[in-house]
Amino acid sequence: MVQPEVEVVECDVLILGGGMAGCGAAYEAAYWAKSKNLRVVMVEKGAVERSGAVAMGLSAINCYMGMKWGENQPEDFVRYVRQDLMGLSREDLVYDIARHVDSTVHMFEDWGLPFFKTPEGRYKREGRWQVMIHGESYKPIVAEAAKKALGEGNIYERVFVSHLLTDSKDPGRISGAVGFSVREPKVYVFKAKAVIAAAGGATGVFRPHAVGEGLGRIWYAPWNTGSVYKLMIMAGAEMSQFEHRLVVTRFKDGYGPVGMWFLLFKAVLKNAYGELVEEKWADLLKEWLPYGAGKPIPTPLRNHQLIRDIMAGKGPHYLRTDEALQKMFSDVQHDPKKMREIESDAWEDFLDMTMSQALLWASENTDPAKTPSEVVLTEPYLMGSHASATGAWVSGPEDLAPSEYFWGYNRMTTVRGLFAAGDGVSGSAHKFSSGSYTEGRFAGKAAVAYVHDNPDTPNVDSGRIEDIKKELWRPFEVFEKAAGTSTKPDINPNYVFPKQALLRLQKIMDEYAAGQGAFFITNEPTLLRGMELMALFKQDLEKMAATDLHDLLRCWEVWDRFWCAQAHMQHLLYRQETRWPGYYYRGDYPKLDDQNWKCFVNSRYDPAKNEWTMSKKPYIQVIP
Amino acid sequence: MPTYVNPDKCDGCKALGQPACHYICPTDIMQLDKAIGKAFNSEPDLCWECYSCVKTCPQSAIAMRGYGDVVPLGASLTPLRGTDSILWTVKFRDGQIKRFKYPIRTTPWGSIEPYAGYPQANPAELKGQELCGQGKFLGVPNLPTVARA
Repeated sequence: MVQPEVEVVECDVLILGGGMAGCGAAYEAAYWAKSKNLRVVMVEKGAVERSGAVAMGLSAINCYMGMKWGENQPEDFVRYVRQDLMGLSREDLVYDIARHVDSTVHMFEDWGLPFFKTPEGRYKREGRWQVMIHGESYKPIVAEAAKKALGEGNIYERVFVSHLLTDSKDPGRISGAVGFSVREPKVYVFKAKAVIAAAGGATGVFRPHAVGEGLGRIWYAPWNTGSVYKLMIMAGAEMSQFEHRLVVTRFKDGYGPVGMWFLLFKAVLKNAYGELVEEKWADLLKEWLPYGAGKPIPTPLRNHQLIRDIMAGKGPHYLRTDEALQKMFSDVQHDPKKMREIESDAWEDFLDMTMSQALLWASENTDPAKTPSEVVLTEPYLMGSHASATGAWVSGPEDLAPSEYFWGYNRMTTVRGLFAAGDGVSGSAHKFSSGSYTEGRFAGKAAVAYVHDNPDTPNVDSGRIEDIKKELWRPFEVFEKAAGTSTKPDINPNYVFPKQALLRLQKIMDEYAAGQGAFFITNEPTLLRGMELMALFKQDLEKMAATDLHDLLRCWEVWDRFWCAQAHMQHLLYRQETRWPGYYYRGDYPKLDDQNWKCFVNSRYDPAKNEWTMSKKPYIQVIP
Repeated sequence: MPTYVNPDKCDGCKALGQPACHYICPTDIMQLDKAIGKAFNSEPDLCWECYSCVKTCPQSAIAMRGYGDVVPLGASLTPLRGTDSILWTVKFRDGQIKRFKYPIRTTPWGSIEPYAGYPQANPAELKGQELCGQGKFLGVPNLPTVARA
């Protein structure tokens, strides 16, 4: 492989990631930047039009208050999130999203996103916080606005960002980022005064259920590899709740969404013997007070009930789509036109966002009105936008954040000038697409404010750039040096290909860090043993090999996932408690311990010393 | 379900700078096989089946085959995406066919004016809590807040 060309891009605000959070940041930053003539640049490893978790579309927007209709107030949402996360959330961050998100959603409608409406003209609700959309083109619509806001010369597509840069004279300050093109041998050096880390959460850290080709059919996007976390961890930013992971119950093998079935169609989860899982294991919730007494039942506790029923040998488990649809058909007196509408809505739920599930139904000759479908618990994901709160520890909004949670600029991490939004922010769970976009907007505005206050150009050390360039290109050199050792490139004792490395990581995490294969159970001896294997693995990762730019992308995605795994294991070890049964269990600390652990677990990594510093941060109730 | 390319329909997007599927694939899987001048799925085990390439192909040359380790053969799911709606044809393994049409956009493509009707950005408001367009879009007269804890 030829040596890369280097292109230097200078800007004021740099946005990493062109997904929902990144597009929100771009939209807001570009507006405020005009007043100061600042340059805003976005970098995306794919094509913004179809990138990130919303690439294929969504059938619902899961974070909408409906304040203008008096449907919900932000305080209600804070209480909901607190309860679902078993008492721990950054209430200032959640309130902030809840009070603003309606304006984002109304704006999407204005841009052209089609919403289901009631006869009175309101958005048709799927559930208390969720509204239904015809969302096949959700991402292209949002991308169009972002592209127009930024201007074409300010978007770099097919560039993978691998490193953040901090000021060589002031390492607590961000100064830019480095990445490489996936299309040509080129390294980009982005110099910026403020950086917004808005790439997506982490999939593929744990072994999924499928094997072979099915490895790609996971619940969250396989191209969300945890870049946002790795970048911030390596820059020394403080991370929070990295022990938290998301495990969801979804349709088996296709991983189609269940929200509409549960909330709107009122389908229920029954085992093979017709028992209602939630009813049968109701007493279990009493072991998790006070959260087990709250309504709705927290997501992890619902998983926990299902796990118990599985262990009792009562599977397979089914979402009774048949019963739900038969009841709905009977409610409309079997009017053929209304039945077709119901059927159309049921299929749209998948066709807008998980076509796999629709194809799976068709391949198994499943008519949901006649046959129930199996559900399963997924492998764990690390993300901050769903019913989970992994991410960076960030400052909240000035007007309402307690002093312990505010340090100058909304959504700024502990690295000055480095902001985060979306999956990358810890503590603001349940934001989903619209909330992530809105959080991006906070970061976009705050980043412009930061540049306004800090107009000096931070330093980028050219020696550091040279080191990074060599690091980036090393997989090619590893391959070229060792290529002659074997007649088959796949089997070579001197290197590993990224796919091989990925599978090894997934197996270690599955077995030692409470993956689905371990029934989500771990303990201290298991974690320590896993860390031993990860230490060996890290050395071997220096010997990842690549033969082309696509491989190089995959190598660096493995590094993303590796660092997510490292942080996750540190946090799992540090929290001596099981707060979220159904997400994971500490076999050695099997109970909830509000007295000692009703707090956030935070960490900082020092790359120079290879040291993790763990700490507890207080949980402060902001909303009564 | 990984995608596959029909060689009779694919022309490698000769008229474009790069194949449309290669341009759009979120995870850089759809590649051009230069030897035959046609596209192919280079990494089926990381294909999420997002259908971006299927929808974007100007020749409708790309289709989906269920994952080899999970999905029985014989069914198909085919989109026909227009400018304001999408039509899905679901063909079951047993031959049954269902067809569904859904809206995808209520405004013309390219018509977004990002800040239409907004006042000019005022730097004095940079530290405030309002986002741009709040007056137009929030739906309530004042941004809610609470006293600091």
